Amino acid sequence: MTLSHFSAVLLFSLFTSIVFGITQRSEPKKMLRFGALCFTLFVGGTIAASWAMWLIKH
Amino acid sequence: MTTKAQMPAVAGGETGSGNAAASGASPLVVLLAGWLFPGAGHLLLGKWVRAGLLMLSIVAMFAIGVALQGKVYTPNTGEPLDMLGFAGDLGSGLLYGLARLLGWGQAPVLVVLADYGTKFIVVAGLLNVVAAVDAHSLANGRKRS
Repeated sequence: MTLSHFSAVLLFSLFTSIVFGITQRSEPKKMLRFGALCFTLFVGGTIAASWAMWLIKH
Repeated sequence: MTTKAQMPAVAGGETGSGNAAASGASPLVVLLAGWLFPGAGHLLLGKWVRAGLLMLSIVAMFAIGVALQGKVYTPNTGEPLDMLGFAGDLGSGLLYGLARLLGWGQAPVLVVLADYGTKFIVVAGLLNVVAAVDAHSLANGRKRS
């Protein structure tokens, strides 16, 4: 099995966010919102860190 | 008068009565079941949707990690980081036992994606522990619903 780096990030973020959403909130609506927030922060944080590393290198 | 706290919570097709008294399962049994197989703790409490999502997420993460040829840690290697990795892997319960039994993840990690796979396997174990503790909290009433 091969994955691109970005698809690995997306899968990792998706599954982790689902578990965080379910376990860290009590109501379904809040679970969904928290899961979406986690997913956004995971993916956004990775992209931001990637650009930061690119800027440091150049 | 019935207060909000007294009303049973019904959400997402689940029974909402997921506590030890309603399910008949003790919190310790729920914790152990949740650790041994992802989502089993929530399943015992009648939280079908949550159980399914947890099982799907954790099993998929573990399976992707194995498919990426990630490393499955073994005990007693003497390396502190390996011991931490082993502790994380052990969180997967029976999935870890299955991986050891079938010899998955024993090849040396040579490519970056295999290293990602190693992290997928460890994180699947850690997430399973979080899910099992959540089921335990639901069973003993520490978490409301």
